[in-house]
Amino acid sequence: MRKGIFSVNGRREEWTYHDDDVLLDSIREAGHTEVHRGCKEGGCGCCAVLLEGVLVNSCQVFTASAEGRDITTVAGLGTIHDPHPLQQAFVETGAVQCGFCTPAMILSSYALLQKNPNPSDEEIRRGLDGNSCRCTGYVKIIEAVRLAAGRMAAHDE
Amino acid sequence: MTEKEGRNGDTMPLVGTSPLRVDALEKACGEALYLDDLPLQGFWYGGAVRSSIPRGKIRGFVRDPSFDWTRVAVVTPEDIPGINAVAMIREDYPALPEEDISFATQAVALIAAPDRKTLEEALAAFTIDAEELPPLLAVEEALEGREIIWGTDNILQEYRVESGVPQRAFSEADRIVEGTYRTGYQEHVYLETQGMIAIPGPDGSVEVLGSMQCPYYVQNALMKGLALPEEKVRVRQTVTGGAFGGKEDYPSVLALHAALCARKSGRPVRMIFDRKEDLLCTPKRHPSVVRHRTALTSEGRILGAEIDILLDGGAFTTMSNVVLSRSILHATGCYFMPNVSVRARAVATNTPPNGAFRGFGVPQSAFALERHMDKIASELGMSPSEIRRKNVLKPGEAFPYGQIPPDGASAGLVLEKALEVSDYEAKRKQFERTNSASSPVKRGIGLSLCLHGGGFTGSGEESIAGKVSLRIPPGTDRVDLLVSSVEMGQGASTVLPMIAAQTLGLRLEEVRHIPPDTAEVPNSGPTVASRTTMYVGKTIQEACLALGDLIAAKAALLPEYRGKTLRLERGAFTDGGERSVSFFTLAREAGGEEGFLLTKEYSPPEGFCWNEEEFRGDAYKAYGWIANVVEVEVNMDSLEISPKNVWAAAEIGRAISPGMASGQIEGGTLQALGYAYLEEYLMKDGKPATAHLNQYLIPTTLDTPKMHVHILESPFPEGPFGAKGLGELPMDSTAPALAAAVSQAADVFPTAIPLTGEYLSSLLPPSPPEAGR
Repeated sequence: MRKGIFSVNGRREEWTYHDDDVLLDSIREAGHTEVHRGCKEGGCGCCAVLLEGVLVNSCQVFTASAEGRDITTVAGLGTIHDPHPLQQAFVETGAVQCGFCTPAMILSSYALLQKNPNPSDEEIRRGLDGNSCRCTGYVKIIEAVRLAAGRMAAHDE
Repeated sequence: MTEKEGRNGDTMPLVGTSPLRVDALEKACGEALYLDDLPLQGFWYGGAVRSSIPRGKIRGFVRDPSFDWTRVAVVTPEDIPGINAVAMIREDYPALPEEDISFATQAVALIAAPDRKTLEEALAAFTIDAEELPPLLAVEEALEGREIIWGTDNILQEYRVESGVPQRAFSEADRIVEGTYRTGYQEHVYLETQGMIAIPGPDGSVEVLGSMQCPYYVQNALMKGLALPEEKVRVRQTVTGGAFGGKEDYPSVLALHAALCARKSGRPVRMIFDRKEDLLCTPKRHPSVVRHRTALTSEGRILGAEIDILLDGGAFTTMSNVVLSRSILHATGCYFMPNVSVRARAVATNTPPNGAFRGFGVPQSAFALERHMDKIASELGMSPSEIRRKNVLKPGEAFPYGQIPPDGASAGLVLEKALEVSDYEAKRKQFERTNSASSPVKRGIGLSLCLHGGGFTGSGEESIAGKVSLRIPPGTDRVDLLVSSVEMGQGASTVLPMIAAQTLGLRLEEVRHIPPDTAEVPNSGPTVASRTTMYVGKTIQEACLALGDLIAAKAALLPEYRGKTLRLERGAFTDGGERSVSFFTLAREAGGEEGFLLTKEYSPPEGFCWNEEEFRGDAYKAYGWIANVVEVEVNMDSLEISPKNVWAAAEIGRAISPGMASGQIEGGTLQALGYAYLEEYLMKDGKPATAHLNQYLIPTTLDTPKMHVHILESPFPEGPFGAKGLGELPMDSTAPALAAAVSQAADVFPTAIPLTGEYLSSLLPPSPPEAGR
């Protein structure tokens, strides 16, 4: 067992973990249940988080390697009372059905818009390819990213 | 809008608009708590010892003496207090087998342990000593009857539908076209895996929390397996991360297993599958073999048909008999066939029991029929659209089981719409020309037409007599909707309140769908069969009208309103004069300290008749109709199939929320595309062999074509605001359209799905040997 300091959504937390623990299990044990366990083998993208701003599947990252680094979950982007434009756009376009893929899908969209603030539909498709959704057929998800991109660009101007 | 539909519908439009889903923001912000997210303390972990062989006799169990067995609780059949069966439609599926192993991955014993690590050690230290027997792995083999594994003939269910005089049709036919079509397994891949938590009570009672579609199915299985009365079994649905039918039957198995573990250990026990266990153990869509033989005139009019349907049921019945009834009733699809003989059998094999999956037997029938229509067109030298136009149901024409669909004309309507919006004819001709170029990328376009009966088959809705309750807690401005219909992503927690709010003249946020809990909600029936909006919604609408009357009647007993006839209009009660009192003001005054609680049962409309013994009559009260056109590119070097565009024209009565309705169609369409060419679930020597999502590929954004959804509305008078069933319809018809598109592109005729590269390659003529070799 080891102890370490982790930074989640800008807050310092001390976790106890084993050397071979993966970030997905540790972050959920620390109460961040918005990080969802879909397959735990890198196949669905439901557990994605931002590690130092880079999208990673938290099931494929050792907890030890995330020590001291900034981790962002969907709860770090916005809350029910103050949602991020992406969260708002997902709600408005009907991009949320069962919701299980949604937190990671939003983080993946966020990572995409950080790199490319004005993506084409094709670029959105390529950007979200690692995140599976079984409900929506992705149509409204792509629409949500487009809507949020427009709003975020207008806000930045 | 009529009085019956909603007193205030015309002044407060809600139905027909697309308000924000009530559950979306919480989910988008990560605040929704799924089963595995609940902050529960002190529970044990439950797991199953599973058979590695598909068929055998249990001689005993071997417990490694080096493991300290006092640390865990082991459940074997003698620990089952009630019947040793997971009660579903039948009771043939043992919770734990006493002697016979019937499929690989079958749970034969259960273990509960205080932590995950101890559980893993215990499972590894516990082995099954079994004698292997020869398994039946294919339906054809099972039908030969050399080994009997179920009943007297391995047939789980058989149905027949006959009409006219098929023999005469065949003797008079100008042409006879035959074909055999096959479909494979399909796994649901709901992104939240199956899971249950069982909490034992001090009085022998049990409470179960889990991801599920049918709380009362689970309660029934627990009552029978644990020999407990209704009041000692409480089942609560937790936020459910997708289901698609996969959480219709299996939750009863898992809940009973978790409850048995909880009972034996005396602890709360959680059994939440990892993806591997979920992929290996849970039910899939039934594989099928369907044979068609069709008698035709030389102009392509269908005179008669013989159809034989075989579904692989797996080892036990689960839902196979009702899946089969849907297969046979949808066997002739949207076409008029006057002389028909259909035989359908669900057959037992030593494979994991197959179960419910969106479409429920229709995708198999539809694939065979729609491919066969293409085959007929090709043999008669007609176009796929022409053969369909010629035979599509017209008003007044009946299905082989005797029903004349009141909305049958919609079949032609959706067909024409899809052809028009996709520019099908022109593209088909264009691709024929351009495919002759030397480029390895070929293009193709395919068409299909399908229907789906909404709600339970036959008199199922009358039998289940679903109940709904409306509650106004005292002193609140809120109507609670108490139904057992769950939110599983499809939108019930928004659509059902929309129906209630519009009927009462309230705002959407004044009506709440309460998460189903059997201690609180009545049995509205399971959340299946595209029945929730259509039937539960209808009962809600009627309950709302009764609630208005009840409030008015109670208010008339108060001195202030004595002798007044109050009527609910636009969210307020009026006495016909100047006076108007808001809905909730009067409800508070009249409800006093008790508030209101009103329960209403489904009241079937007049004029529908189904004879189960003869298997004839009004099989469904309304049908949804859909036509799909799929456009693909096929790279003939890599044999990669890329869907480029999909058009869907669907007639669904009325879209309560057009936004959510199109979301259902888009999602169902992509699932159907996956079924058609990407999703392949493999068995090896009778053992499930697809254990990972990198083996079972579901469509990602890159596999998603452009989707063009056209919703047509022909209101169904007995549905709420005209709505019919919708959820399953888009899963039914896209696969044969994709196969048809590949047919054109690759100049082959696939008769099976999934249309993998390997299968496609087998259809191509052998390439000429290269020079110099």
